[in-house]
Amino acid sequence: MSKNTGIYLTAAAMVLLVNSAVQADERYKPIGDPIVARECGACHMAFQPQMLPKKSWGIIMDGLPNHFGEDASLEPEMVRHIKKYHLDNAADSGLFSGKFMRGLSEGSAPLRITETPYWVREHNEEVPQRAWKDPKVKSKANCIACHRGADQGYYDDD
Amino acid sequence: MRPYSISSTRLLIIAALVSVWALPVSAPVSAAQMQEKIADYAAEARAQDNNFAGFSADRGSILFSSSPATGKPETPSCTTCHTANPTGIGQTRAGKEIAPMALSMTPDRYADAKKLEKWFRRNCTSVLGRVCSPLEKGDFLTFMATQ
Ligand code: HEC
Repeated sequence: MSKNTGIYLTAAAMVLLVNSAVQADERYKPIGDPIVARECGACHMAFQPQMLPKKSWGIIMDGLPNHFGEDASLEPEMVRHIKKYHLDNAADSGLFSGKFMRGLSEGSAPLRITETPYWVREHNEEVPQRAWKDPKVKSKANCIACHRGADQGYYDDD
Repeated sequence: MRPYSISSTRLLIIAALVSVWALPVSAPVSAAQMQEKIADYAAEARAQDNNFAGFSADRGSILFSSSPATGKPETPSCTTCHTANPTGIGQTRAGKEIAPMALSMTPDRYADAKKLEKWFRRNCTSVLGRVCSPLEKGDFLTFMATQ
């Protein structure tokens, strides 16, 4: 290998690395389990489990009878099934931590995706306060009001 | 007994089979399943109270629009999510649309007994702070069937 080829290869590798860091596209695995999609999606868009750590999902799934001020209880069998899916796919489930672990202190378990440091940082600068007051938005949990493909795990369109 | 006569029970069974088989697959099925559910609630209501005299759409309407103040503060009334108008499109607290509760607007409502019980349990607990009685459930369905 000539000296030049070596330089080109190194440059190409660096471009690739920088690119993947900059693009950091907001895509999450769509929910593949029909029970999870149906049950979690009845009152709100079914949020991708990659957006909270395991500990958070555990607390949420154990507290469905008082779910953010509503009774969202399910049969124990269903709870087990849905909880497992969330633990298996949580932000801290893989070999590498997901984006939503950024800035979270060790062991912390936020119960709202909208209170994670990553979510706050992504929305604070870009979204004007008045957007949240739009009746069509109604709630910060209504991702799909602005991210049209959110239920398919696609959040790049802002 | 004549050799080829069919007993009346057999006739009934055949009639039942034929009628089940002949049911059309769309809205009327759910209307029938809803009527079945109302009949179940009536039996339960009668078992709880000898003086049970049938369901009332008016009582169902009152249940739907009242604010009993015995449930969770976030959900004061059924109308919090289902809007005051049974034929209107509702919205959950998280902003998701809910198809109208009126049977005329959403013909496939109230057809799945498990789904129905799940939501009665959850929503009555949220709004009233307790489960709904068979009387309340029957009144509610009777009201929505008229809307
Ligand atoms: C916090 C929001 C909320 C409140 C408050 C609420 N509901 Fe609902 N309800 C829902 C949602 C969401 C569904 C599911 C809608 C769907 O499947 O289209 C539902 C479904 C139902 C169903 C099942 C419909 C079916 O097709 O089987 C019944 C019955 C029902 N609600 C009755 C009530 C009653 C009675 C009250 C008041 C005591 C009430 N709801 C209050 C959100 C609510």
